[in-house]
Amino acid sequence: MFQRLPDAAGERVSFTIDGRVAEALAGDTVAAALMANGVVACRTTPVSGAPRAPFCMMGVCFDCLVTIDDVGNRQGCQVTVRPGMRVETQKGAREAAR
Amino acid sequence: MTEMTTRYDLAVIGAGPAGLAAATLAAERGLTTVLLDEQPVPGGQIYRSVTRNPVRNPGILGGDYWHGADLVGPFRDSGAAYRPGTTVWSVSRALEIGLSRDGAARILPVKHIILATGALERPFPIPGWTLPGVMGAGAAQILLKSSALVPSGRLVMAGTGPLLWLLAWQYLRAGARIDAILDTTPGGNWRAALRHMPGFLRSPYLGKGAALLLDVRRKVKVIGNVTDLRAVGDGALRSVAFRQGGGPERSLPADTLLLHQGVIPNINLANATGCGQHWDEIQRCWVPTVDEWGASSVEGVSIAGDGAGIAGAVAAEHRGRLAALGALHRLGAIGPEERDREAATHRAALAEAQRGRMFLDTLYQPGPDFRVPKDDTIVCRCEEVTAGQVRDAVRLGVGGPNQAKSFLRCGMGPCQGRLCGPTVTEVIADARGVSPAEVGYYRLRPPVKPITLAELASLPKSEDEIHAVLHP
Repeated sequence: MFQRLPDAAGERVSFTIDGRVAEALAGDTVAAALMANGVVACRTTPVSGAPRAPFCMMGVCFDCLVTIDDVGNRQGCQVTVRPGMRVETQKGAREAAR
Repeated sequence: MTEMTTRYDLAVIGAGPAGLAAATLAAERGLTTVLLDEQPVPGGQIYRSVTRNPVRNPGILGGDYWHGADLVGPFRDSGAAYRPGTTVWSVSRALEIGLSRDGAARILPVKHIILATGALERPFPIPGWTLPGVMGAGAAQILLKSSALVPSGRLVMAGTGPLLWLLAWQYLRAGARIDAILDTTPGGNWRAALRHMPGFLRSPYLGKGAALLLDVRRKVKVIGNVTDLRAVGDGALRSVAFRQGGGPERSLPADTLLLHQGVIPNINLANATGCGQHWDEIQRCWVPTVDEWGASSVEGVSIAGDGAGIAGAVAAEHRGRLAALGALHRLGAIGPEERDREAATHRAALAEAQRGRMFLDTLYQPGPDFRVPKDDTIVCRCEEVTAGQVRDAVRLGVGGPNQAKSFLRCGMGPCQGRLCGPTVTEVIADARGVSPAEVGYYRLRPPVKPITLAELASLPKSEDEIHAVLHP
């Protein structure tokens, strides 16, 4: 669980997580914004279905894979949140055509 | 990508201290230079978000962090082109860079390439390390630097190495709560490190490091000599189990466990390019083999900074400048005398920055149990392969990581071995009773980052190429 420092500087950005409206700080990556919004697991693995959360935050571990604006398997820690962005947690393997 | 139509002399990959310093010097000396970086803002991981930081109190991150701004200013004035948000997925021996930006791929031919891909956190395979709630301390520090996020609830930090203590110090200054620090530094390391003490006593790190350590130890419960570390939970972390030395198992309730046992070079791009590498017995990792100018075994490809062996951020910028001088010389922009004359100050500064390194590397070398985990521990997070499965494969005759891939798929998931490679090498070496150098490492192949077929299909094609496919 993570929380924002109370005096964090920056504009607030509105986006959605699995259809629910959420707020990020301008400059947040998707992975950071998910953690700031209390999302425990951002996906389940294709191998065993185990839940996973962001682990490295620098693009190497691929545990933060999520669906962003209908495109699956995006690295959440490498994508900056944009206003209106639709982020979905991912269950198992990426769906075909997403 | 129309803005990238220039024929560049030099491409630098990675905008951390080594990349920024290399690109700045090269551009100032007249090379047409482009800096390619995956992040949206310069700084790499060590100076992440230094130009756009949401943490209002500069004292939280400390002065060493803000030094990153001293590199960004001159870079912006240098005339070098800067392409943030760019993923490099291939570097060929013909010095052609495969890159992707805004969903479109292209091939960029250059005359010289400096890889400045930096470091990543050394894998810390313990039972339960894949649970939500467990993450790298370096990862948590990125959340602090770029998003002003600190852990809430019960926090346990575990491991060894300077970054763990620096992050604890930063958290204390930010007002975050730390329930305990579990120090996994093996007791014997102190003895081994003592002979390197004279160098460390003259190190610029000594004063700062000691003050920071004392400050954290005064304010946080520190439990030393920790072994048998486990993250426990069902679906998410609930507690952290461990032993102190050979004592009974203890448990601490926890919402967040931050793991760290040092950093290792991020070698994927260098390895996939075909750059020679060797095993470092002290740092316990694979290191690209480079000469005093950072030149790798591939003509025209240099490697600078922690990506060519861990030496820290300050050393990285000097190594970046030396690599830039090497590139200027190779491309005929300066003669050998000028190169050597200019290099002298950077070499002196590099030696100063590296003083005491052997002491730190020896003291903070992770213990064997945390590098060669027990059978039930997942080593490959992507394909969920355990250490026991790797050992079983060795019993069947698997001699190295590349064979293990065929048997187990370890290293074949999306992270391409970044999070399991060093562990798989060490587990196989241990099981066979040989050195990691003999066991070897994964042979990596481009693309080193996943790209979509649509991105590949967007590569510009010549008339000849289209003709070759349509009329074979």
